[in-house]
Amino acid sequence: MSSALSMGGYGVYVWTSFAVFALFLAWDALVPPLRRRRLLRQVALRMRRDAARTSQPIKDCSR
Amino acid sequence: MNPVLLWFHKLGSPPLFERFAGRWSPWLLLAGLLAMAWGAWSGLFEVPADYQQGDSYRILFVHVPSAWMSLFVYAVMAVNAFIALVWRIKLSEQLAMACAPIGAGFALVTLVTGSLWGKPMWGTWWTWDARLTSELVLLFLYLGVMGLYAAIEERRNAARAAAFLALIGVVNVPIVHFSVEWWNTLHQGATIRLLGESSMDASMIAPLLAMTIGTKLWFAGSLLARTRVAVMELESGKDWVRRLASGEPR
Repeated sequence: MSSALSMGGYGVYVWTSFAVFALFLAWDALVPPLRRRRLLRQVALRMRRDAARTSQPIKDCSR
Repeated sequence: MNPVLLWFHKLGSPPLFERFAGRWSPWLLLAGLLAMAWGAWSGLFEVPADYQQGDSYRILFVHVPSAWMSLFVYAVMAVNAFIALVWRIKLSEQLAMACAPIGAGFALVTLVTGSLWGKPMWGTWWTWDARLTSELVLLFLYLGVMGLYAAIEERRNAARAAAFLALIGVVNVPIVHFSVEWWNTLHQGATIRLLGESSMDASMIAPLLAMTIGTKLWFAGSLLARTRVAVMELESGKDWVRRLASGEPR
């Protein structure tokens, strides 16, 4: 196990490279769902604000 | 219209695309992740060390696929930019814009891992060699596309302006690719060839291939996920988005 970690003395370079790659993948996977959640929250908030201003129940969009 | 064309045509409709992307993107990301996990594991532990570079060469298994992707993503972005400019298809505008951050990420990973490989092998983190410099220009092009898209208020005008910049930047793609042949670079030449014999040991090709396929699948999943949100943001005033936001079944 220690030989795998040391990578013949190049451990720092090899493991940092793979970590950078993994970090990029994590960032790339997380951004879209987070943006989607924020957007849906904003839209829901706006709908509630609009409904409150017109003092009407939230419009049923399916009709 | 034949069924395939009809399906393609329908996919241009935002709510349909939203559902299509939502269904496929997680599976593409997962398949890509599995291929990359095997490739990384094999590249780190199974494949023998290089006779010259020892274990440091294992950086190749993240560096080379990232570098290939930085060019591939640019090509996809440019094709979509072209379609967006010629036929004014809204979805193509969004696909092109969604490519930019992914490609920028791959270009950045390429530069950072290349630097980490260069220090022990060349004795320097950075040198102004043709391959390194043109890859840096590629990163700046991605950043330029993202910056221009963010700087213009009207979203469709912004997308078209940025698409135009993306198209002009295509000239850099062959420069990156052929830089190691055209100039005398510190960076090594290609060892993998589609046509003709590769000068890389056969045992090292399998994990590299897995990483290559993995990154492609991952990109497809990520592109769908990013475009899906971008389309929703553009249409956030429309009924179908409001229905999603209020949690109604579609």
